[in-house]
Amino acid sequence: MKMPCPDDAVIADRVALVRGLRSVSDAVIDDPAELAAYASDGLTAYSQLPLAVVLPRTTADVAAILTYCHAAGIKVVPRGSGTSLSGGALPLADGIVLGLGRFNRILDIDLANRCAVVQPGVTNLAISHAVAGDGFYYAPDPSSQIACSIGGNVAENAGGVHCLKYGMTSNNLLGVELVLITGEIVRLGGKALDGAGYDLLGIVCGSEGLLGVVTEVTVRILPKPECQRALLLGFPTMVAAAECVAAIIGDGIIPAAIEIMDRPAIHAAEAFVHAGYPLDVEALMIVEVDGTPAEVDHLIAVVDALALVNGATTIQASTSDIERTLFWAGRKAAFPAVGRIASDYYCVDGTIPRRTLPAVLTEITAIAAARGLSVANVFHAGDGNLHPLILYDGDVPGQLEAAEAVGAAILEECVRVGGVLTGEHGVGVEKRDLMLRQFTAVDLAQQTAIKCAFDAQNLLNPGKVFPELCRCAEMGRVHVHRGATRFPELPRF
Amino acid sequence: MTTIRADTAAAVADAVREAYDAGRTLEVVGSGSRRGYGRPVDADTVLDVSGLSGIVDYDPAELVLTARPGTSIAEITALVAGSGQHLAFDPPDLAPLWGGAPGAGTLGGLLALGLGGSRRVSAGAPRDHFLGFAAVNGRGENFSAGGKVIKNVTGYDLPKLLAGSLGTLAVLTEVTIKVLPAPRAGTTLTWFGLDDRAAIAAMTRALNSPMVLQAAAHAPAAISRCAGEVRAATRLHLAGVPVAVAANAANLTDLLADFGQPEANDDNNAIWHDIGSVEPFTKGGEIVSRVVLPPSTAAAFTAALDPASDARWLYDWGGGLVWVILPDAEDGHAAMVRAALAMTAGADGHATLVRAPDAVRRAVAPFQPLAPALAALSDRVRQRFDPGGVLNPGRIWARH
Repeated sequence: MKMPCPDDAVIADRVALVRGLRSVSDAVIDDPAELAAYASDGLTAYSQLPLAVVLPRTTADVAAILTYCHAAGIKVVPRGSGTSLSGGALPLADGIVLGLGRFNRILDIDLANRCAVVQPGVTNLAISHAVAGDGFYYAPDPSSQIACSIGGNVAENAGGVHCLKYGMTSNNLLGVELVLITGEIVRLGGKALDGAGYDLLGIVCGSEGLLGVVTEVTVRILPKPECQRALLLGFPTMVAAAECVAAIIGDGIIPAAIEIMDRPAIHAAEAFVHAGYPLDVEALMIVEVDGTPAEVDHLIAVVDALALVNGATTIQASTSDIERTLFWAGRKAAFPAVGRIASDYYCVDGTIPRRTLPAVLTEITAIAAARGLSVANVFHAGDGNLHPLILYDGDVPGQLEAAEAVGAAILEECVRVGGVLTGEHGVGVEKRDLMLRQFTAVDLAQQTAIKCAFDAQNLLNPGKVFPELCRCAEMGRVHVHRGATRFPELPRF
Repeated sequence: MTTIRADTAAAVADAVREAYDAGRTLEVVGSGSRRGYGRPVDADTVLDVSGLSGIVDYDPAELVLTARPGTSIAEITALVAGSGQHLAFDPPDLAPLWGGAPGAGTLGGLLALGLGGSRRVSAGAPRDHFLGFAAVNGRGENFSAGGKVIKNVTGYDLPKLLAGSLGTLAVLTEVTIKVLPAPRAGTTLTWFGLDDRAAIAAMTRALNSPMVLQAAAHAPAAISRCAGEVRAATRLHLAGVPVAVAANAANLTDLLADFGQPEANDDNNAIWHDIGSVEPFTKGGEIVSRVVLPPSTAAAFTAALDPASDARWLYDWGGGLVWVILPDAEDGHAAMVRAALAMTAGADGHATLVRAPDAVRRAVAPFQPLAPALAALSDRVRQRFDPGGVLNPGRIWARH
């Protein structure tokens, strides 16, 4: 993976840059030991020390820093909690990191308008905690929600296991305050359901830090469902499981979540957390429904019957929240569980039309086998979002490269069957060079033209999302494995 | 004015490229049912894309439908209803507001306006269900964005930007939208005689409960009278599986007991069609404004409208949307409405002059003016799609 050519003159002038930043901010980090903490995000294969890190506290601070960088031609990589799985917050050798971690206050909980106004460094889960006492929650729930920031969620349009029913970040976002690279401050949306003018909020969400720096976020909050129950369903074939998903949705039910694991993932998870998963099935499905008690009990009965018709050999409905949590425990521990059976794994994130699921899984196994690797599959089955985990051993020369090649081939297969490169992790640096597999050069030119409207000098997070012509510096690669992943405490599912 | 018909994506590209090269402008028109929305377009030529129609792909189990934009909404809703599905964002039937026939309009026009119906409050707006498209930009280039699957974060989310852009960025040639199962049962509970503040309090309490409403609207007495009723009517729409609808209706009745006993009516389609399409406002040629604001400010906003103006209004989205009807006036009462809005909702609200004579919509900004930095940014974005100003010039903002 290559990044745009660093500007040697900017690197050589680092002392002047740090002096300049200190003229507009009192929170500039330039000590290499401290900078090291910012060298990677959740995509640990890549690492790069930035020239400096700046940690502003206020919108005015951000505006002053960006104004300075704009005038001086300095590249800026915005960063929330740094949990991106696609390298969205990977620093640049000739740029600074703008960390939003100090924007950590909840500004307003407005129940009458069913929204919360928070600073971007507030974690996803902290929003739900802040409104839980009033019976509300914030719906999008990426697996890293205890650590990931809402600002990062906005940048990546983060998803989670419940987006089939409740949508992604974008569908739950009402407004942002955005600082442009010029230092100008604009407000997009607000507490009303729709904003005025072009829906710029719609493109800023998911823009991976390329269009501006978000300094305030207004999200919708929802009343918590009264009741949640889950069904654990085992199937003798993946085809039967896929048909059951289609039957549930065909019956008019949109469950809160539908997850599927394949045999390798089931065995790894069961060995790790002893959730009571059946080991004699090829596919294990968790279907969660929520709502009022009458609705939930009815839906559980309907899904139970559909599972039976579709050949399920295990059907277990949760009768308590403890049991429901146990059903989920294996699924939510699937990534670390796979980490126990292989020294390293690489998580892929693509979306396919659900009808192609069995064929694509067969193809994924073949793609990996051709490179001598195996794969465990977990996926958000309701919306066709796959997370194949490619198992490899980084100590064996060539296996990391082989795993990356398998990942790329799997994503190309996703596109070939009518799907997309990324369902929720973002393009970042990871999938940047695959963009031409999904889009034409004209498609990408139209997208980068929008970037120019926001950031004419291409200073905000360059080298991410879009392939560029000039890429000559090979990234330093850090080999992290045998459990030594970044954020080992975070669940990933 | 001359008219060019373009029935394929290639023909659209040719027409736009020729106009761009020649420095001419185009008004992009489908069925024309919503042509009265926004500023009148000052274009040299009409580009008629109504022939760019037909369903391309529909697989109910995938929850996705791909169609050409000239396909009528009526055809799409009938098709998906055959599989027990619907367009969850509840496309409002607004054509009669501008004198058109009920049920008129195309999918492309619906997305170009981007306006959600009564279920906006629970299910989102068209932008939330707009997954991908093929289009022609102002240089006459065919391009695509988004995808044909329901979960996708690859590249900028351009479908959201194009929703509501009124054809000023690109001409859609194919669109993919999300479709969802339609609820099996539903009921509408109506409380009578509440004043505006009480109605909004009732709707807020209901929307803040776990009972998951589809929609919540309030017609004050002055509007109810148009519909042949004599009392204000506050309506809550519940839907889902029959057993849940019955249980939730009982729960809601208890929850709102201090507002009186509701009447239940299962004729949901008729009730909510009339609310979403602002049926009481379709008669006569008066000024209609659409005001989006935080629900907690809605009653204060209507109270701030000039009492001498003879304004009447209707609340939808639990108070988050206020339709205001006013007698004719030179400026369409835009200044008065926006002043009331600024005083009560501040920058969180915006008012659109939806129906007014052409001369008024030409003289007065029909859309809420934006802050200068945002207006400049929006225009830079527009120019990156349509550098020659070919597409629907002046439809949103007067040309500079």
